[in-house]
Amino acid sequence: MRKVCTKILKIAGDVVSVKADGVANEELATVLTSRGKSLAQVIRLDGDMVSLQVFAGARGVSTGDEVRFMGHPMQVGFSDNMLGRIFTGSGVPRDNGPAITDNLIEVAGPPVNPMNRVIPKNMIRTNIPMIDVFNSLVESQKLPIFSVSGEPYDELMARIALQAEVDMIVLGGIGLKFDQFMYFRDTLEAGGALARSIFFIHTAADPIVEGRMVPDLSLAVAEKFALHGKKVLVLLTDMTNFADGLKEIAITMEQVPSNRGYPGDLYSQLAVRYEKAVDFVDAGSITILAVTTMPGDDITHPVPDNTGYITEGQFYLRNGRIEPFGSLSRLKQQVNKDTRGDHRAIMDGMIQLYAQYKETEEKKAMGFRMSDWDNKLLRYGGLFESHMMDLKVNVSLEEALDNGWKILGECFNPEETNFRTDLVEEFWPK
Amino acid sequence: MSKKTGKIVSVNANMIAVKFEGDVLQNEVAYVIEGDLRLKAEVVKITGNTAFMQVFEYTKGVKIGDDVEFARHMLSVQLGPGLLAQIYDGLQNPLPEIAERFGIFLPVGEELDAIDPEKQWEFTPESKKGDIVKAGDTLGSVPEGMFKHRIMVPFHLRGEYSVKEIKGEGRYSVSEEIAALSNADGEKAGVTMMFEWPVKIPITAYKEKIPPKEALITRIRIIDTMFPVAKGGTYCIPGPFGAGKTVLQQLTSRHAEVDIVLIAACGERAGEVVETLKEFPKIIDSRTGKPLMERTIIICNTSSMPVAARESSVYTAATIAEYYRQMGLDVLLLADSTSRWAQAMRELSGRLEEIPGEEAYPAYLESRIAQFYERAGAVTLNDGTTGTLTIGGTVSPAGGSFEEPVTQSTLKVVGAFHGLSRERSDARKFPSVDPLESWSKYNSFIGRDLTDRARTIMVKGDEVARMMKVVGEEGTTTADYTVYLKSDFLDSVYFQQNGFDEVDASTSAERQMYVFNKVVEVLKGEYTVDSKDEARKFFYDLRHRFINWNYKKWGSPEFKEQEKEINSLLAEKKKDSPR
Repeated sequence: MRKVCTKILKIAGDVVSVKADGVANEELATVLTSRGKSLAQVIRLDGDMVSLQVFAGARGVSTGDEVRFMGHPMQVGFSDNMLGRIFTGSGVPRDNGPAITDNLIEVAGPPVNPMNRVIPKNMIRTNIPMIDVFNSLVESQKLPIFSVSGEPYDELMARIALQAEVDMIVLGGIGLKFDQFMYFRDTLEAGGALARSIFFIHTAADPIVEGRMVPDLSLAVAEKFALHGKKVLVLLTDMTNFADGLKEIAITMEQVPSNRGYPGDLYSQLAVRYEKAVDFVDAGSITILAVTTMPGDDITHPVPDNTGYITEGQFYLRNGRIEPFGSLSRLKQQVNKDTRGDHRAIMDGMIQLYAQYKETEEKKAMGFRMSDWDNKLLRYGGLFESHMMDLKVNVSLEEALDNGWKILGECFNPEETNFRTDLVEEFWPK
Repeated sequence: MSKKTGKIVSVNANMIAVKFEGDVLQNEVAYVIEGDLRLKAEVVKITGNTAFMQVFEYTKGVKIGDDVEFARHMLSVQLGPGLLAQIYDGLQNPLPEIAERFGIFLPVGEELDAIDPEKQWEFTPESKKGDIVKAGDTLGSVPEGMFKHRIMVPFHLRGEYSVKEIKGEGRYSVSEEIAALSNADGEKAGVTMMFEWPVKIPITAYKEKIPPKEALITRIRIIDTMFPVAKGGTYCIPGPFGAGKTVLQQLTSRHAEVDIVLIAACGERAGEVVETLKEFPKIIDSRTGKPLMERTIIICNTSSMPVAARESSVYTAATIAEYYRQMGLDVLLLADSTSRWAQAMRELSGRLEEIPGEEAYPAYLESRIAQFYERAGAVTLNDGTTGTLTIGGTVSPAGGSFEEPVTQSTLKVVGAFHGLSRERSDARKFPSVDPLESWSKYNSFIGRDLTDRARTIMVKGDEVARMMKVVGEEGTTTADYTVYLKSDFLDSVYFQQNGFDEVDASTSAERQMYVFNKVVEVLKGEYTVDSKDEARKFFYDLRHRFINWNYKKWGSPEFKEQEKEINSLLAEKKKDSPR
């Protein structure tokens, strides 16, 4: 029997409170308002007072509206029919297609036993040299793209989605602008990837509570597919909006804020989601790539800061390029030893030279005289930026490594660099 | 006996309030009965007849009015043979067995025995009928891996007891009674090889605490030589993300010269623990010839596991560590990261609606951190032998700033500070321990005069480097420039260490003494270099040879060969040497 309440006692922000008993924590309910029906989720129980966050927002909710408890926690459908479909943060179709009601699964399930994890070992090729060569993406990795508004992070995500060797893509959009959403849909469609994608989209126009559910829905569906043997790539953009959603609800619930208004459990909340990235033994995997915009380009802001402690590295996207400094894939060591003999040497050697180039560039800007070596470095820096760093470059790892040697050969003599003799003999352009 | 129960009256994430009748202990364990599930919880606050509890599981589905069953004891761990090489969660559930029974995901509301109750152990009595004993005294022993595991008088027994009966040599399980004791008042106590101890109470069944003196060799040069750790001491490693805290802890857990290592993976990435738990069984400890896992215990509460259990996990680790210290062993507890533990306290405090302190951490943050580190120490046991427990904790400061409360509270109570710097890690200088900011109150096995010399060069070199940023290389004298090159040399060849190279990753104390002497000799020396270019060339050359020297096996012919090369280069340029 479903419980029904017809008296809402308190409305604050997007949280409503009713009197009811026998209600379970995190149980789902529907709120029937003059604007239509919305889902709501129990977030606190205090005696017979039940507080719920209303997914559609509490605007226009009347104290006389009906709250009907559904007797189960948040669920989402799971079926192959979801491929190519677009849903909201409540799991409702957004593309006028039929609702998915078969095979409902619970969201935010239990964590994986660490014993059942394996050491990641498969590289995901993206054909972006700054990733493949310098900071390889690894299957089951969780990696954010740290960026600021205005940078082409959507383009980068879409490109990785299209080019990565994965079986399917789950895109979770949180607080997207409508045109961003359209961009993702059109790009994936044009690239022929829409048919193997599932979208959970929350736009900036939708109530914030719904955005909070997007990562959970995306990851729950991804997890199920992964257990069925699929290599899933989950794209989340933008996790800063997600964190802001947490902040909003926390403040509404009168929780003591910890750092810049964010709740004290921000780290745990983010970690629970990111830690869903996994490589299942004898089944598929989940790889998470997430955009985290840094307010004011401030890396010490709580959202990027906490994210950095959770994820396995980060890509810095700045001035339209993936920065070689600061960007890091913590798992690259697991995969780049088995690609090609010169991979690690190129990775380290080219970056060291690029660092020297940066110093020279600074010296030049300060008006110091340029030596021969400085001029070589300047030439090298230019070539490195146009042939490696530019996001337009779209070549395989092997081709990128060959290009690397070409650039080196054009600028330096082998003895000016630190490369091992055997590698120079094998790869240095003659 | 009827079970004591209460009813839930409020649920706020993992914090529940329960109405009860009669008496309840602070920190008492209780179980929320949710259908067939039993969710473990701990009492953290009592007002009137309402007890507030943190639940060690996600509280999805918990209802008002649900029954809560009180266990009548504080949150405890099982102590006895069979802990070594185990992998536990924060509440001492063995994760491998959980994986075997419940599959891929962690089950909700399941508890398993931490110590196998069936397994037989080869017991040898070491006391006899009529002996007078007290808590912590040895009754006998069993072999556990490479260690002699003392079977002791349970720590909760007070005063003196006499041994009424003790089993002879033979095989027993941990649940069998191996001795019967009684005291002057006629109180009897049966002793099994396993007993329980509350995690939040330090074990003090020893004669006295003594100051930590002997150096703990981590085989990491910058730590052992410059910022040493003592057996029984405490240290902390704060650093921003990506600075290499976890790698440093992993290296320490592999190479540190102690008997037993406890790794408390507290609220960090699961992937990192996986590396440890998949690789340790394969790595052979060069000192003992046994797999590293045999001296290791892992307490693993990664970031996606329930927060409340994270708060307990460091106490679980500390209690097990103290237990092995009672056997006269040198134990090292590595907690990664104490900030996650502090954050778990903060979450809890927030839900209790306590008045927040700085950055919303509870006001008791400092005292909790101090109490935790105070569980370290060197002790003289009842039989006169010594045991030590060293605690090293990483700190993950918000925004990378050491001014935040957890770092500051930790710095007040530890004996050594290994601050990691982003600048160094960005420049790929590992370990990224900042040689200018770090400090230690313990003594190194290397003489103070030598380390002081190195420190002076570091400071001066840093001054010159900063000056050069303003006036450029042109405006610096050759003498100053040489000081800068010397400090850079010291950093590159001695402070930095390649953790991925088999030889360089671990430097024995003997080798450190030898090499450091050589390094200081270079620092002291004056050289016939006429220009900055020449000086740079000389030091770069020297650096190159020293780094190669680091990669040669200690005492090998290649090692000696490389040393000769270094000597000849030095002889060539040294001022007082004959041309």
